[in-house]
This record gives sequence, structure tokens and C-alpha cells, in this order.
Amino acid sequence: MLADKDRIFTNLYGFQPWNLEAARTRGDWADTKDLMSVGSDALIDAVKASGLRGRGGAGFPTGMKWSFMPKTPNPDRPSYLVINADESEPGSCKDREIIRHDPHKLIEGALIAGFAMRARAAFIYIRGEYIAEAKVLMTAVQEAYAAGLIGRNACGTGYDFDVVVHRGGGAYICGEETAMIESLEGKKGQPRLKPPFPAGAGLYGNPTTVNNVESIAVVPTILRRGPEWFAAIGRPKNEGTKLFQISGHVNRPCVVEEAMGLPFRELIDTHCGGIRGGWDNLLAVIPGGSSVPLVPAHQIMEAPMDFDGLRDLKSGLGTAAVIVMDKSTDIVRAIARLSYFYKHESCGQCTPCREGTGWMWRVMERLVTGDAEPHEIDMLLEVTTQVEGHTICALGDAAAWPIQGLIRHFRPEIEARIAKRKGFIQVPNMGIAAE
Amino acid sequence: MSDFSDFNWTAENAAEAQRLIGLYPPGRQASAIMPLLWLAQYQVRDMTGVAWLPVPVIEFVASQIGMPYIRAYEVVSFYTMYNLKPVGRFHVQVCGTTPCMLRGSDDIMKACKDKGMAKGATTADGLFTLTEVECLGACANAPMVQINDHNYEDLTYDSMTVILDMLARGEEPTVGSQIGRTASCPEGGPTTLTEAI
Repeated sequence: MLADKDRIFTNLYGFQPWNLEAARTRGDWADTKDLMSVGSDALIDAVKASGLRGRGGAGFPTGMKWSFMPKTPNPDRPSYLVINADESEPGSCKDREIIRHDPHKLIEGALIAGFAMRARAAFIYIRGEYIAEAKVLMTAVQEAYAAGLIGRNACGTGYDFDVVVHRGGGAYICGEETAMIESLEGKKGQPRLKPPFPAGAGLYGNPTTVNNVESIAVVPTILRRGPEWFAAIGRPKNEGTKLFQISGHVNRPCVVEEAMGLPFRELIDTHCGGIRGGWDNLLAVIPGGSSVPLVPAHQIMEAPMDFDGLRDLKSGLGTAAVIVMDKSTDIVRAIARLSYFYKHESCGQCTPCREGTGWMWRVMERLVTGDAEPHEIDMLLEVTTQVEGHTICALGDAAAWPIQGLIRHFRPEIEARIAKRKGFIQVPNMGIAAE
Repeated sequence: MSDFSDFNWTAENAAEAQRLIGLYPPGRQASAIMPLLWLAQYQVRDMTGVAWLPVPVIEFVASQIGMPYIRAYEVVSFYTMYNLKPVGRFHVQVCGTTPCMLRGSDDIMKACKDKGMAKGATTADGLFTLTEVECLGACANAPMVQINDHNYEDLTYDSMTVILDMLARGEEPTVGSQIGRTASCPEGGPTTLTEAI
């Protein structure tokens, strides 16, 4: 278990106030100017050395992402940092805690990250449903302006840096980086084809980097304590601490900061009071938010909770939104509900996703009740592969993977429902009786 | 003001609109369409008690930044939180996505229906509109509902019923966790950060 002294988010639950004065007592904004005095390249090198991988789901190395930005920006095409606070992935609720309880970590991180990538301003895109959270963040930004921490001559460094909070309107797809850029430009949030990548042509056609809230908010602490401190936590290539969000059938759901690579069982026993009904009652876990395939109980129990540990189980860490399901769960319905989510949130731009998410959902609904033919399971699997990889953004993949995970691990359950509905009892090794 | 054809900002909102437009680089005022639509929807709520965006209001907002109406309408219709139709005084948005479903959002939905609500409809007295929404990002406090600007979390059938009764009586239910948790801290007290840092 991570020691309290190694936790970055020391006000995770809001036991202390979020305001600037309280944030300063927690160490935020203490020596920002000194941190920045090493210069942009040294900052990027430090973040690279810390091993920090993006906390928004894909796990791309953050320092490397920053290094793609132009070293000498054209004044007519200023660079931008866009911070993704559109936390909408079912299961995810960590950025909310950062924003409402520790907003100054994010704002300070925005300044440092923006300076490192030579950006003119940061736009924080916060999902529309985070109403109280957006108010806190906007007020915290005003505090930072009033104290001279951002704006002209930010922190006395001579660097001018603006921070703008932009509220979304309830569209999951705007969490995709190019859709977010479209939305910021005042359009429908429909993803753009890449290339060009945002680092070349992003917001207003200018060089842009999009980072997750957590990736940015951890940066000041990493720099203060040294990249080697961060890199010493976790496993190789999976370094650092991470906010885990545990929901579903555990005794005490919560958000908690832990070391990457902590085994699933230890995470649940230490912080969540175990699985509801005991470990024998665990059915399956979606370890990284709705987009990643589920993992059955026997595979997840001792698995290390990090990018590579979960990739080895054909799933992923995603946003570390851990959705736990015990044996009372209607597993087919649980995944069908996710299929409905993706149908609802498809932006409608690419045909395989627009048509496919609806098609997959309708078949999933029939599988819930068993009102289907056995061959339709394979047909559904086939369709998921026709959606996956054939769309502009990853929403198509995200809609396909949960279904693939379900069929991979729970095919007998689906077949049993179909057989039951048909009025036959399935006998092992005999398949389904002919009608 | 019934048809909104003479909609205009209040003095306070006119200044706020200028501030919002000024947040974006020169020539990029289209970026302000979402904040301005939010401002307008709140103003309509303040004026009428119902948060929505009638067509003349969208036209007005679009004209403020020189955007064709159809572009503004595209934005309004794309994002689910802008209401193209009036909603009730309380917009009851029950999260039904899997993390909430696992923790009993069916019961929360039932509590609403037992009060006479139907999905996608407004009650005859104009008090409640019930919508099933997708994940609202409070999964560690599931099941939850967002009613107007407030979240109510860690719900049960009974606590949801109490909240609806209180709202109907004009009272203000406690916002946030209904079982006394602090934010997303584990129930019963934190397992971390037990000593002050």
C-alpha cells in the first residue's frame, strides 16, 4: 500500500477547503517560478524521466507527447494546451475529485505544462454535468489570476499564460481529443480525421496538445519531489501513483490514490472492504471504464492493476475506473446497457459506428432475454470486428470491445439463455436439441 | 415575453456575454457559442422557471457572435444538456448506465415512476420531467440523480422518494451523499490520508 507521504492528492475527499489559501498550505504554488526556471526542455525531460503515462486511458507517455510541440512557435500560430476534463467514461469519477477538491493542482500543472510545451493558453474543457465542479474551477482560476499566478507575467516568470474554463454540453464524444477541439471551436463535437495530429494542427488550426486532468495535476508534485521519486513507485513502464475509482459490488465504493501495479485483491480489500458477499461471490470486473473488455473473477484477483498487467489479460487500465460485478449481476444486461450507452453517444459521423452501435445494442437486448438464434452470437461477434477499427475515432472500438469480452468469457451463459427461451434444457456435450 | 421574440440579455448577462466572448482569441468568437447558450438557458430559467432554449433565443444568441442560426441550432441539438423543449421545474435526470445500474438505479427509476413520472415526459403539474441519462461521472457514489444543478448520491428507493417529496413541497433536500459520506471517501471513514500531511 502506498504510504500517505507519497500521495499527491492530499485533499482528495475535500476534508480541507479547496481555495488558494488552503492549497498553499498543501504546498501548491510554493515555488512554481523556481520549478519553471530550468526551462522548457528540462521540464519535458523531467516528465519523461518520471515515466508518467497519460492518465486519460491510452497511457501514452506524457513527456513525449509534449515534445511533439513546436520548439519555436510562430507568433501568428500560438500553441495551445487543452485539458480534458470531459470525464464521461462510465465508471470514471476521478477528475471530478481533483477539480472540486484540489483545483489549484490542476491550474498550477496547466501553467507548468503550458510553459514546457511553449503554449500561449490552456483551455480546460469540463463536462457540462459537472456544474458545481465547474463553479469551483472557475473561481479557483479567478483566484489564481488575482494572485498573479497566471495571466501576464505568471508567477513573476515573465511568461504570459491564460487559463480558460469551457463547459461542455453533455456529449461523451467530446472526450475524444479532436472532437473536443471541434467543440471548443463552437461546433458539434465530431472527431476529425488524423493526420494532421493536434500537435501539428489542432485548436484553430494551431499546434495543440490535449492532456487528461490527472496527467496535468500530478506534474507539479512530480517536479517538486523529483522524477526519480515518481518513477520508484509502481512497476517498470507503469510508474507512479494513480487514482482508482471503484464502483459496483464492493462493500465500500470509493476513489483512492494508490501505487500503479497494486494487485486487484489488495486494492479491494484495503480500501473497499472486500467484495460484497466475499471473494467467492466475485463474477467479473471491468477494470478500466466501460470501454475495456471485462475480466472474469479468477483472472483478475491477483492481477497487477496497471497498463501492462491488464493488457496481458486482453483488457486495459483505461482510466482505472474499476467496475466490480458479483454473482448477482445479470452480466449480459450489464454489457447490453453499455451497448445502449455507445448507441446513445455515437456522434453519427461514421456509418459503421452510427449504424453498428444501434444494431449491436438491439441484438444485445435480445441476448438478455434469450430471444435469439445461437448463430447470432457469432454474427454479433463478426459485426463487432466490422465496427472496430473502421471509424474515425475510437468510439467504435469502445462499443465493440465490451461485447467481445462478454462473448469471450460468458458465451455459455448467453447460449443457456437462448436454449432456455426455446424451452429446451441444454445437456452438456449434446448441444441444443433440434426443434 | 411569451413567445421570446423580444429576448435580450439582462444588463448583468450582457456584461457577462461580452466577458465570455473576450475569453477566446480575436476572430474566434464562435467558440463562445456554448457558454452563451448556457447563459441564455439560465436566463430563460430565471425568467420563466423553466430551463430551455426557444428558437428566438437561439437566433438571438447566434446573432451576438455573427453565427448563422443553423450552426447554432446544430450545436443546441447535438449537446443533450440544451433543452429544445421546456422541461419541468425539476429536471430529474436518473443515471442508468452500468455502474449505477449495478448499485440499484432500477429502484431509483421506480421511485420516480411511483410518483407519477414517466420517462421523457413532464408531470401534469409541470413540476417534474424524468429523463434517464448516461453516466454522470459520480460512479463511486452510485446510484445517483442530478436534479437541476444538484447531485443526489448514494440513493435508495426510500431516500429518492424523500427527495422528490421535499422538492414537491418546496423544500431543499441535502445535496450530495444521502448516507452521510464525504464525497467519494469510503463509507465509515478514509483508509488513506488519516494523518494530516
